Amino acid sequence: RRDVLVLTPWLAPIVWEGTFNRDILNAQYMQKSLVTGVVTFAVKKYWFFIEGFMSSANKYFLAGHQVNFYLFTDNPEQISHLPMAPENHLFVIPVQNDSQWQDISMSRMDIISRYIRSQFQYEVDYLYSIDIDVQLYEHIGVEIIDTLVGTISSWQYTAHRESKAYETCTESQAAIPKGEGDFYYTASFYGGSVAEVYKLTRACFKGLMEDRENGIEARCHDESHLNKYLLYHKPTRLLSPEYYWDEEL
Amino acid sequence: RRRDVLTVTPWLAPIIWEGTFNSEILDSAYRPLNLTIGVTAFAIGKYTRFVGRFLESAEKHFMKGYRVNYYIFTDNPETIPDIQLQPGRRFVIVPIKKYPSWQEISMRRMEAINKHIAETTHQEVDYLFCLDIDMVFYNTWGPETLGDIVAAIHPGYFNVPRSQFPYERRSSSAAYIPDGEGDFYYGGAVFGGLVKKVYEFTKTCHMTILTDKANGIMAAWQEESHLNRHFLSHKPSKVLSPEYLWDDRKPKPPEIHLIRFSTVDKNYKEIRD
Repeated sequence: RRDVLVLTPWLAPIVWEGTFNRDILNAQYMQKSLVTGVVTFAVKKYWFFIEGFMSSANKYFLAGHQVNFYLFTDNPEQISHLPMAPENHLFVIPVQNDSQWQDISMSRMDIISRYIRSQFQYEVDYLYSIDIDVQLYEHIGVEIIDTLVGTISSWQYTAHRESKAYETCTESQAAIPKGEGDFYYTASFYGGSVAEVYKLTRACFKGLMEDRENGIEARCHDESHLNKYLLYHKPTRLLSPEYYWDEEL
Repeated sequence: RRRDVLTVTPWLAPIIWEGTFNSEILDSAYRPLNLTIGVTAFAIGKYTRFVGRFLESAEKHFMKGYRVNYYIFTDNPETIPDIQLQPGRRFVIVPIKKYPSWQEISMRRMEAINKHIAETTHQEVDYLFCLDIDMVFYNTWGPETLGDIVAAIHPGYFNVPRSQFPYERRSSSAAYIPDGEGDFYYGGAVFGGLVKKVYEFTKTCHMTILTDKANGIMAAWQEESHLNRHFLSHKPSKVLSPEYLWDDRKPKPPEIHLIRFSTVDKNYKEIRD
């Protein structure tokens, strides 16, 4: 691929179709007997997306490898029987939707970090947070597996980086000085090793908490905090916008 | 950004060329880690004459600002010149035995490096590079080269079809690579990585070298053939372009913007005895 950037200035590969050979990567992944987890939230009306997500994820996400799906929902009864690929596992974890956090995104960061600490670190090597309203149409394979992984948001790729997203958060902990920022990452799909995801979610939660204490509007949601974190803790691998497409585009 | 060359391998390992990386960002990531970088180099017999220039040029260009330990393996410690080093950099002489033929000397490097790591180096360095001594640094060699398992593309074969790579082609050798296989032709003069990884692959290469010895066969390019066999099945996590392993006798092609580390012109017949 000569038409796109395939390597960041800090030498992290940017994964585009045509840049990798999945067979080689599969062989490397299997050599190490790794387990990957996916964390996703279906709260309030988002229960609607569960079936579609689980069906497409079972088919296309790391097909052939063991994946543990951790589904957080406030409505466990609504979940009908979900067919799973034989190598995958589903854990349905009930959460309260009237939780102490008004901001759902803040609670997600908190929940993920707490569960990594108490459970996930013992069950998986790599963990990815994926929005439930994402539907996979193509295989997403082990090319995504690395220590700290961010996905370039398609929306941002077509617009200039220094736009609204950065400016509204000037007083927030997530503020990024003008002119800085490597890429704009989406909060809909990020992940990495369990240890790194723990650090990331803790840091974002801390930033969100501080904003709340300072009375700053939840306009600066978890995506801004994610971007700030990844600016100062550079991802070891980036996924191109092929890996997340905003339907609104 | 470089569009004229491949900058990522099919297994998503970066290939390091001038223009692909930002040294400042990398330095700001690596300096705080307080790393020690080790370098092994073998100066046996007449090859001790290269030590001075190697070290002087390394002091100017290799991992500036980092702690560096040079391990010079030699059969002739008295002939090693005393070179002034920058603060934070040390130089250690490792006495070893001289083997009768240059091929044998070359191949025993794997064993020597492996043994030394087990005894000493693993406690002293984080990353280790194994370099040929008959070379000189001309430009910066920095943290862009650090990785778990690092190999360098041989300058003679980076622009050449795979069928022409001088892999060992006899199936009776443990270094055998069949036609149609192979990613790159890596040079034996530069390899490295995390000290633990270097320990592992020097052990494996030494084993395959011994296997061949027991079967009365010596691979086409000695340990370089074994290294290539190993890196085919255990792919490097980072690949250095020929900027990091150049041959001054070759004319500089347009893809090479910067020569960082290159051979010293020498009379092979005279020096190999």
